[in-house]
Amino acid sequence: MFKQMEGSEAVAKAVALCRPEVVCAYPITPQTHIVEGVGALVKDGTLVNCEFINVESEFAALSVAIGASAAGARTYTATASQGLLFMAEAVYNAAGLGLPIVMTIGNRAIGAPINIWNDHSDSMSMRDAGWIQLYAETNQEAVDLHIQAFRLAEELSCPVMVCMDGFILTHAYERLDIPTQEGVDAFLPAFEPVQVLDPDDPYSIGAMVGPEAFTEVRYLANDTQLQALKLIPEISGVFKDVFGRESGGLIHEYRTEGAETIVIALGSVNGTIKEVIDHMHENGAAIGSVSICSFRPFPLDELRDALTGAKRVVVIEKSLAPGLGGIVASNVRMSLRGASLPVYTVIAGLGGRTITMTSLQEVFEAAAEDRLPDLQFLDLDHGAVEHEIVRARRTRRSGPTAEHILRQKAGGLSK
Amino acid sequence: MTDRTPQTIKFYQTGTHTVGNRLLDESKRTVQASMDRSNAITSGHRACQGCGEALGARYALDTAMRATDGQLVAVNATGCLEVFTTPYPETSWQLPWLHSLFGNAPAVATGVAAALRVKGRKDIKVVAQGGDGGTTDIGFGCLSGMFERNDDVLYICYDNEAYMNTGVQRSSATPPAARTATTQAIGEAPGNVFGTGKNMPLIAMAHNIPYVATASVADLHDLEAKVTKAMGMSGARYIHIMVPCPLGWGTASDATIHVARLAVESGLFPLFEAEHGEVTKATKIRRRVPVEDYLCIQKRFAHLFRKDAKDIASIAAIQRMADHNIERFGLLDGEAPS
Repeated sequence: MFKQMEGSEAVAKAVALCRPEVVCAYPITPQTHIVEGVGALVKDGTLVNCEFINVESEFAALSVAIGASAAGARTYTATASQGLLFMAEAVYNAAGLGLPIVMTIGNRAIGAPINIWNDHSDSMSMRDAGWIQLYAETNQEAVDLHIQAFRLAEELSCPVMVCMDGFILTHAYERLDIPTQEGVDAFLPAFEPVQVLDPDDPYSIGAMVGPEAFTEVRYLANDTQLQALKLIPEISGVFKDVFGRESGGLIHEYRTEGAETIVIALGSVNGTIKEVIDHMHENGAAIGSVSICSFRPFPLDELRDALTGAKRVVVIEKSLAPGLGGIVASNVRMSLRGASLPVYTVIAGLGGRTITMTSLQEVFEAAAEDRLPDLQFLDLDHGAVEHEIVRARRTRRSGPTAEHILRQKAGGLSK
Repeated sequence: MTDRTPQTIKFYQTGTHTVGNRLLDESKRTVQASMDRSNAITSGHRACQGCGEALGARYALDTAMRATDGQLVAVNATGCLEVFTTPYPETSWQLPWLHSLFGNAPAVATGVAAALRVKGRKDIKVVAQGGDGGTTDIGFGCLSGMFERNDDVLYICYDNEAYMNTGVQRSSATPPAARTATTQAIGEAPGNVFGTGKNMPLIAMAHNIPYVATASVADLHDLEAKVTKAMGMSGARYIHIMVPCPLGWGTASDATIHVARLAVESGLFPLFEAEHGEVTKATKIRRRVPVEDYLCIQKRFAHLFRKDAKDIASIAAIQRMADHNIERFGLLDGEAPS
């Protein structure tokens, strides 16, 4: 049934439809509305048989989830930004223990400087923690991915992060189709854990593993991800059969047929990219795009196939690997083994900076003429950074950079 | 409230520290004395000879297993206990056991308890355990959260007063003057700084949780009674057990019980119980000893007893701590708690 609602509220409803048994909550913007929503559904009796636990930190949130999942409960939590970093140790641990926890990331920048707005620095920092990482393009997909995530996580006994852009998706109101309980029950089987803390069949979970077996354990973690490469499209297919809607999968291609320039991105910016592509097609441009839904496992082969025939790739990415450039772009290059395509990295939307159609079109047009540098920061205020570099060089005690940039932007002089 | 303490008989052994089970009728004998105890941590683990923690953990968990009829799950913080019991691919644990991280055992236990509740398995109880580092330092936030929410978990701290697993570094449970790898016995004020550290049982009490107790491996009857009592209650419970570490303390491996007893009898480690934030019972000291008797047999305090320069001031300062405990908890016969 279609209804106008906020992305976070919709995700809360979707999570509740999956009948989680333990949900841990710790507030952090812009994820907060999601756990608030789940909590309200528990409190008003909509979501029965669920323990909603307010904890004292994100580290505790995921730790409670670890305990609950190991005891056989379907478990969910959500976080963002600093919260994800604060629970980093438990993020790796949950994956290492093979616990099928589902966690939403309301993608947000990481400080310093502190910034509550959207980019992908948070989830990118955990890309190699052993979790499956799915990025939602729209709120409808965010809803659908959560339902798929529980099935995927439990089938593989591997935790899944569903990443949705903070504010842009979490706080956006739009018309959404929330599946029925009957539909979700038909799609998502009951959780049958592969390991459970049971006094009738006691075993130890989380034992010390030395050099004699650690490599094998890690090999199997990689193998789980490779299994997910097969399972993600399968589950997406079953989802379509049940709900009649394309959602999830490894990648989404858009007008890639005959495209010379292919733009790659994760998450909600793909909507903007598609609009620019449509606009450019009107003027005969051969451009298409690929939205990566599954960043971990990374769909090397599918991406390689999608890029066959392209002359260049432009990666629009909302995170930065300082000292290297693009994280997504580096991964994309791995899929191009043997092909010699230029891969242009465009760092965009950091800390919530608006990614405009105008700026994207300029970049795509420059790319089409191979006029783009390898690494570019979209809409960078070159004057501001150059001024700051000079200023900082002039004085040893030049003070905090971020504050000076702010002052410059506000029009004040900084000497 | 029924006092479950089986020690209605006072023991006056001489020349031996055996607890005199043979003097008691069968029902009052310790769990450890029973042939059918669960051996929650079975033999073959890699603890050092004389390890107080291995002893304390087995005492506590065998008792908890008895009290719950084996319906028990244990969560473990990283530390000696975790490492020496699970040398891959072996395990000493005879009950379902989960180790996640160093600082999150209380939260993990909360999760286990929540899952069991939602699954309708109220018969299964949860114990979380860690050393003093995992409890008073890195796990402190999670522990306080578990207490504050009154989650249905018994948390047991095995306190050997330093980070023994990593090589004897100072924790916030390390006593003043003690030598550790990070509070070396050198300089003008050798050993750990005076006036630092935290008292976890009192902090636990400040959360107004149903039950807090301290126990010692030197008093098996008392330890088992406290664990049994805790397992009969619900909500957040905390037991802090002193477990000497021959390696870290520099004591003979056959002196573990002896040194633990001296800690109690000097007043440095008071044995007491508290319910909902109020002390309900303190175990009287039977034969009071000066702290010097306790300190002088431990190499970590050797610098206080140098031949040419005995550190009288430090020893006196530690004695004042013991005296304060004795007064505070009324640990001598005829003394009420102040």
